[in-house]
Amino acid sequence: MSGDGIRLLTPEGERVTHPEYGLDAGPEELRALYRDMALARRFDAEGVTLQRQGELGLWPSLLGQEAAQVGSVRALADGDHVFPSYREHAVALCRGLDPLVLLRLFRGVDHGAWDPDAHGFHLYTLVIGSQTLHATGYACGVAKDGSDAAVLAYFGDGATSQGDVAEAFNFAAVYDAPVVFFCQNNQWAISEPNARQTRVPLHQRAQGYGFPGVRVDGNDVLAVLAVTRAALEHVRSGRGPFLVEAFTYRMGAHTTSDDPTRYRDSAEVESWRAKDPLLRLERLLRREELADDAFFAEVTAEGEALAVRVREGVRSMPSPAPEELFDHVYAEAHGEVDRERAEFAAYQASFAEEG
Amino acid sequence: MAATPMTLLTALNTALRDVLADDPKTLVMGEDVGRLGGVFRVTEGLQKDFGEDRVMDTPLAESGIVGTAIGLALRGYRPVVEIQFDGFVFPGYDQIVTQLAKMPARSRGLIRLPIVIRIPYGGGIGAVEHHSESPEALFAHVAGLRVMSPSNPSDAYWMLRQAVQSDDPVIFFEPKRRYYDKGEVDTTASDQPPAHRARVVRPGTDLTLAAYGPMVRTCLDAAAVAAEEGRQLEVVDLRSISPVDFDTVRESVRRTGRLVVAHEAPVFFGAGAEIAAHVTEHCFYHLSAPVLRVGAYHSPYPPSRLEDEYLPGIDRVLDAVDRAFAH
Ligand SMILES: Cc1ncc(C[n+]2csc(CCOP(=O)(O)OP(=O)(O)O)c2C)c(N)n1
Ligand SMILES: [Mg+2]
Repeated sequence: MSGDGIRLLTPEGERVTHPEYGLDAGPEELRALYRDMALARRFDAEGVTLQRQGELGLWPSLLGQEAAQVGSVRALADGDHVFPSYREHAVALCRGLDPLVLLRLFRGVDHGAWDPDAHGFHLYTLVIGSQTLHATGYACGVAKDGSDAAVLAYFGDGATSQGDVAEAFNFAAVYDAPVVFFCQNNQWAISEPNARQTRVPLHQRAQGYGFPGVRVDGNDVLAVLAVTRAALEHVRSGRGPFLVEAFTYRMGAHTTSDDPTRYRDSAEVESWRAKDPLLRLERLLRREELADDAFFAEVTAEGEALAVRVREGVRSMPSPAPEELFDHVYAEAHGEVDRERAEFAAYQASFAEEG
Repeated sequence: MAATPMTLLTALNTALRDVLADDPKTLVMGEDVGRLGGVFRVTEGLQKDFGEDRVMDTPLAESGIVGTAIGLALRGYRPVVEIQFDGFVFPGYDQIVTQLAKMPARSRGLIRLPIVIRIPYGGGIGAVEHHSESPEALFAHVAGLRVMSPSNPSDAYWMLRQAVQSDDPVIFFEPKRRYYDKGEVDTTASDQPPAHRARVVRPGTDLTLAAYGPMVRTCLDAAAVAAEEGRQLEVVDLRSISPVDFDTVRESVRRTGRLVVAHEAPVFFGAGAEIAAHVTEHCFYHLSAPVLRVGAYHSPYPPSRLEDEYLPGIDRVLDAVDRAFAH
């Protein structure tokens, strides 16, 4: 398997078949996938804007990776558990996380403090690759419980160079853990291209650990959905982990702090623009008359409404109270925290007295 | 049941056996902990009795061990992890510092990670490089972790049980050169003080000696020698390094007016520095002498032929005591 990977929908919006992977998706499901991707793209654009306006400290854009994220997360069942990295905003939305809760992290109000169990969506993880081990341990627990839930771990191409990811592959393999490793190979790790991370196509790494790995066209939402479904079925059946490499592209900067013109040329970006994940599904929907202008207008309007809600919500988001510094450091009382909390309160109070 | 004599090693093994029996969510995991029973045999017989699913031999990768333990804890398990030797915790240090310590706070308390990381530590056993270290300060400095070290079999049993019961992550340092020390352990005496409480293990009036883990016995021996010379040293077994039970330390120092803190770890930026600073700030007018520290030197742990010079023994402790009385 080489090139862009398993494909069920061409960049021109034509459905093609694959000998191993197929997708039986009706009009409604296709429209839903488009809607998920379009809302994520609109939300993401708002994240960039809000950062530019100084409302957020940082925003890692997912632009270009909508199909990889939506296709994979929509393959999950309700009881499954996701371990994201930090760019999985489409996954978060599809799991039902309130976008304003997600944005608290990027506004600096908290470090991302949603309840992982509420949506089967663990906290974002900024230390590259760490979460793949948490996913593996969680999957071991799932297996011990005799549950048929599965775990989906997201990470990037750069992350594959981390020891933690190698250890996660191996632990998952020797314990037959029900975890799908989902690598979004967006070609770049900040300024470093794939060639600086790996000599072999990333999906081939799985072979060395003794489990299957495939490359899927990460801009083809239908193929991503089909492949992730098959991968989940594999891990649920007790046959151990599965690696999916979604071959995609980070269309924007690494984050709002990054300037990609310093390390990649626009021709490369343009060549990927032609493979846009939304455009190809729109072409299919229009060609096969599965959606009309009214549908697209409706999705656009929904995206605008989401953007407005997000914008207003972020701008009116309160900052945390200073005393919260000391909360939740430990579950049980800790003398040092208690002493410093009291000192801090006295220090704060000294200003109040001065008036 | 009355108290029974046990080695510190057997006390730890018994504690693990009891926590495994008490709570089906408790797991033991690490390198060679299953069939072999661990290189020190602390987990001897546990896999045979509780099965491979609960006493897990792991691949040889410390970050993987800690990281998967975190995942298991997220799923509701209570893993007790063994790191084979003090010097080999560092591949797992990233997961401990960036994930284990922070995740509970960053989730605003929604996540709790009741994980115990057992680390046989300290020198004095004539070992090769990386097998004799005392890295406790590197963990005590990290908010979110509890750090403790028992000095005797009874504390080994009860502190390990309390560590497993705690909803906080605990780094549990086992004084490996004291593994074969014997003492009475009453496994039914559950009315134990919490692990973060220090204990006065020898009362005295003239100077306070504070220590934990393997140095407690050294300090008790030093106090016995000092008594022959007419000095009554009070020995405080700190037991916990994060938090430090400063209340007990202050109370003792206010009576004795002198404090020497001893540990195997290097003095420079060690636990003793924190205790000295605290006591100087809070007991300034009770002190008849500066707080003195006894510990190892600021050099990598030496080859074993030099460890007697490197590690503080009775003589170095007594030398510090003499210096404290010179004031
Ligand atoms: C352990 C660690 N080292 C360095 C960084 C800084 N860093 C943040 S993102 C990143 C690149 C990650 O690339 P990749 O895994 O491909 O994910 P992508 O950003 O492309 O989604 C780096 C080096 C980090 N967050 N964690
Ligand atoms: Mg990347």
